[in-house]
Amino acid sequence: MNAYVGTPTSRVDGRAKVTGAAKYAGEFPADGLLHGFVVEASIPCGRIARLDTSTALQVEGVLDVLTHANRPPLADKDDSWKDEVAPEEGSPFRPLYDDTIKFNGQPIALVVAEDWETAKFAATLVRVEYEQHGFATDLEGERSNAAEKDKPHKPRGDAVAALAGAYVRHEADYVIPTEHHNPMELYATTAVWDSNGKLTIYDKTQGVQNVHKFLCGVFDKKPDDIRVVSPYVGGAFGSGLRPQYQVVLATLGALALKRSIRVVLTRQQMYGLGYRPMTIERVALGAKSDGTLDAVTHEAIAVTSRYEDFARNDTGWAEQLYKSPNSRFAHKLVHLDVSTPCDMRAPGAASGVCALECAMDELAVALKLDPVELRLKCYSDRDQSENLPYTSKQLRECYARGADAFGWSRRNPVPRSMRDGKELVGWGMATGVWEALQMPVAVRIALTSNGHAEVSCAASDIGTGTYTIVAQVAADALGLPIENISVRLADSTLPQAPVEGGSWMAASSAHAVLVAAEEVRKEVLGLAGKIPGSPLAGAELVDTVLTDGSIANASDNSRAVSIADAMRHGGVERIEKEKLNQFGEDKKHARNTHSAVFAEVKVDEELDVIRVTRVVSAVAAGRILNTKTGRSQIMGGVVWGIGMALQEETVMDHRFGRIMNANIAEYHIPVNADVHDIDVIFVDEPDAHINALGIKGLGEIGIVGVPAAIANAVYHATGKRIRRFPITLDKLLD
Amino acid sequence: MNNFQYARANDVADAIRLLAADPGAKLIAGGTNLIDLMKENVERPTRLIDISRLPLRKVEGTADGSLRIGALVPNSDLAYHPLIEQRYPLLASAILAGASAQLRNMASVGGNLMQRTRCAYFYDTATPCNKRHPGSGCSAMDGLNRNHAILGTSAACIATNPSDMSVALAALDALVHIAGPSGERTIALTDFHRVPGDKPHVDTNLGTGEIITAIELPPPGFAQNYSYLKIRDRMSYAFALVSVAAALELDGNAISGARVALGGVAHKPWRSLEAEAALRGQAATPDHFSHAADLLLQGATARSHNGFKVELARRAIVRTLTQAANATPQSQAHKKIA
Amino acid sequence: MGDVTHQISERIPIHLVVNGVSHTLDLVPWTTLLDALRDHLALSGTKKGCDHGQCGACTVLVDGRRINSCLTLAVMNDGAKITTIEGLANDGALHPLQQAFIDHDAFQCGYCTPGQICSAAGLLVEGRAKDTDEIRELMSGNLCRCGAYPNIVAAIQQAMGQP
Repeated sequence: MNAYVGTPTSRVDGRAKVTGAAKYAGEFPADGLLHGFVVEASIPCGRIARLDTSTALQVEGVLDVLTHANRPPLADKDDSWKDEVAPEEGSPFRPLYDDTIKFNGQPIALVVAEDWETAKFAATLVRVEYEQHGFATDLEGERSNAAEKDKPHKPRGDAVAALAGAYVRHEADYVIPTEHHNPMELYATTAVWDSNGKLTIYDKTQGVQNVHKFLCGVFDKKPDDIRVVSPYVGGAFGSGLRPQYQVVLATLGALALKRSIRVVLTRQQMYGLGYRPMTIERVALGAKSDGTLDAVTHEAIAVTSRYEDFARNDTGWAEQLYKSPNSRFAHKLVHLDVSTPCDMRAPGAASGVCALECAMDELAVALKLDPVELRLKCYSDRDQSENLPYTSKQLRECYARGADAFGWSRRNPVPRSMRDGKELVGWGMATGVWEALQMPVAVRIALTSNGHAEVSCAASDIGTGTYTIVAQVAADALGLPIENISVRLADSTLPQAPVEGGSWMAASSAHAVLVAAEEVRKEVLGLAGKIPGSPLAGAELVDTVLTDGSIANASDNSRAVSIADAMRHGGVERIEKEKLNQFGEDKKHARNTHSAVFAEVKVDEELDVIRVTRVVSAVAAGRILNTKTGRSQIMGGVVWGIGMALQEETVMDHRFGRIMNANIAEYHIPVNADVHDIDVIFVDEPDAHINALGIKGLGEIGIVGVPAAIANAVYHATGKRIRRFPITLDKLLD
Repeated sequence: MNNFQYARANDVADAIRLLAADPGAKLIAGGTNLIDLMKENVERPTRLIDISRLPLRKVEGTADGSLRIGALVPNSDLAYHPLIEQRYPLLASAILAGASAQLRNMASVGGNLMQRTRCAYFYDTATPCNKRHPGSGCSAMDGLNRNHAILGTSAACIATNPSDMSVALAALDALVHIAGPSGERTIALTDFHRVPGDKPHVDTNLGTGEIITAIELPPPGFAQNYSYLKIRDRMSYAFALVSVAAALELDGNAISGARVALGGVAHKPWRSLEAEAALRGQAATPDHFSHAADLLLQGATARSHNGFKVELARRAIVRTLTQAANATPQSQAHKKIA
Repeated sequence: MGDVTHQISERIPIHLVVNGVSHTLDLVPWTTLLDALRDHLALSGTKKGCDHGQCGACTVLVDGRRINSCLTLAVMNDGAKITTIEGLANDGALHPLQQAFIDHDAFQCGYCTPGQICSAAGLLVEGRAKDTDEIRELMSGNLCRCGAYPNIVAAIQQAMGQP
């Protein structure tokens, strides 16, 4: 079985997406559909003193204005509001629950009207008076209030003493700003009310079953009362891991009015939800004269809300990457009057590894070592935090292949030494690392005697290619052409899947397909073996494969029975098998993906305009299921890295506690003209330990390391070290 | 968006009549800025008068060698018009530096002149802004003012004009033809936009009930020695931090005529006749360009976050004049700065 | 504002030819062309990504020119011929750009894709993009958060018949 896995198969949902047929959450029709528009708070902290909806209600076409004062019941226990991705500590936000204002942009009313424009207009007529409380939204201003999370990293050795005695020591703060995901699709929910009072919720989410369980809890509904569906998701990048507040509001609206309703947030309102938290990353490295590390410390100070402790692993990545006898890591939180951050592409690592890899570059300069050579000197074959070997780690090969493709050996190490006319040329590099996670997933396969199979699972495809890889793996495992496979995803009634995130869905869904396919094969073998004179009579399951529409002896394909014959003989039209795959626990290995990123920038020597002209990303991520969609994922991560390095920053005016660039004209993300040559190299990384197919996942690794590689290239070009991201030209100008 | 009435004007006179009949009315042509602002509830017209079908779409030469551009010519049509490409390439380049292909297809020449500032506080109705709500205060003054003006500011407003096209038009000494209740008149483009003073809510000197009918470009097109250089936070589809329109007439290496206009630094396209006079008769050399830059930036004042613009503008002026002198105008597609 | 506040402006009858099909609609003037397509004609292939002309997801062709349908009112387009993503394929045969986008994996989530393809169709008609940099610049009004830009450029080059 190897016809599709590992090949550059085109997306199976491609046609739907290029013809406009693919329907997203805010696009499902319903009879008598109502439209809701959200009214937001314009202060960061306080309470609603008075909310006057009378004028809004007089507008022709307005049916209702839902507020905390008139809404249908909502759960009153935190447990009901905790979705599967919610932080352990804290009390999740409850939209329209009471008169408390916890953050600017908080929803405080939902205007419901017969059409969207009327609802939007009437929303401007809702009058609000606040009782404003004192507030703080500035991380740097509140840095002294940072408190360590209760579960600190376990230190190794004595990092403080080792740093004090180091031959070369580098210590600095790196500041990563708040960033917003800004998927292209607006956050949206269409709640369809049927005559029996049941709801079908089309929601922009990365986890339909997470939203389903959450809604059942929040609204005290039985599982059968609500179905959550999300066949296409217009980008998410972590923003759809937790249920977004509009899904609560849409459900509230449907229950209140007993009608179908759609709630779509504006781009501006999307900034009121989760984001990558601003962090101050303090990294200290101590090296011996031979260029090996003696000490690493990394402390992150991150924003969270007053009501939840959101924390990710920013620090500690050095434990996977660089050998050092002494280390100490800490993650501190500052509680501010803002909404809770959430996961955003490579949460923790994108920020923390950025700081670490800039610091390593600074150390290389101090040691007068080539940045790649420094990393090779410090290369760790074990994850030092648990002192474990890796299931596989081809990072050395990433450095070698990446450097070779980039032409790194031609680099003059002296800053400002390479030029192209009026442009200073900078070459920088960095390492990337992410976890190779895998989760329990169940898949159902329905094979029909005409040789078609439907493969279904509740997992989402947020653009990552889940539809396609599931089809590839199923086609191979069932021995059918990929055209004969149809894949159904993202419906809460389908077999179990977690949220799509953390780069775990490829490995998790692929192996679920394998185990379900094996159940199908078992059934087919049973039928085939009963045919009189069957070439497979008495054959063991392990000795058989499904191939070319038949079940065959694995070592002698001529001993085969066609699936159609087996099913016809057995009088079976359809074989349907569902199986949950759980990965065995392996406490003897660390599981990570790695990358080596090389970037070229050109910086105008007078005007300091920075262009990223080339990026080479060499990735070791086990076996690549689909080299076409996989390459796209890494390329997308590189584009994110360009944005993170040079452009992206959510800017808040702390006098108002308000985000002042809550749009995608002034919150800059890369445009086509910003992106030039991106070379993605997949380094061969056989992995016999991690799982049967040797898959690790690609969603996050593409961004990690890219911002640092670019920042290091900017240093190499200009001789200026910018530690406050993004690196805009004004920071270089002097 | 607020609730408004819609009317389609049949001719210019009809548009003027409709405007006079409703003090809350606004004209709409391309709509790219007005509809954006209406969606933010910053603009709340009681009536939109659709002038997009008026016959103001011609680009035609006049007897005295000028070029008359109808107010409704789409930005992209103007940028790609053979007469503009050949005679006024500076204008073509500036237009192509702005917005996106789609927006340039929609936006009219007259509408481009009427663009309002992109100041974040102007757009956010929850914050004070003298331009949006006279007398409420200027939030940018002591707030997030990285994008804000360094020239011609007042105690009431430090907003910038976001147009690229207007910067080139200012350098080219364009005239704005206007029709109104009391007949037709012409204003120099450099007098069309205002500095904020104590009336920052008034962007232009267009009078109540008036409509732009055409732009006129006088003959010197500077087609040999020109450049439009726009510096921004990404390579395309972003407003200028600083932009420079430079146009030179050279006699050998000596400057016989010079025009320099700045964008992104003031409430209007910024010119200095003094700077241009200082260039005339001088050799086209960096030190003379540098001196002109100093004169252009005389009186520049920075707030907390936009001080970099002074130095950036100084360097950009020198660079753009150099590009113009070398006849190596900045390409808007090829991003390496010539 | 008196009655203006409570009573919505009168609907205005307009006529649009969308993908060759004639439609008569009665619309309140505040309805944008984008919302008319999505909400009144059930053509949800045209996407709303920002509603402010900042992303290009709503790009359609009006009388053959690419525009942002979120920044124009439907009433202003009375009588116009509009082509959306749903109108590009011919009798089920994909437009060369649509096929090229699949071939080059020029999208991931697919949400910006209709706008990218319509924008690219406009770009081909304009005939102004002669090299890679010019394609990049003239496609910069279409944001792609998945970061498929290099593949989008390759797809457009395929459709242009360039290597």
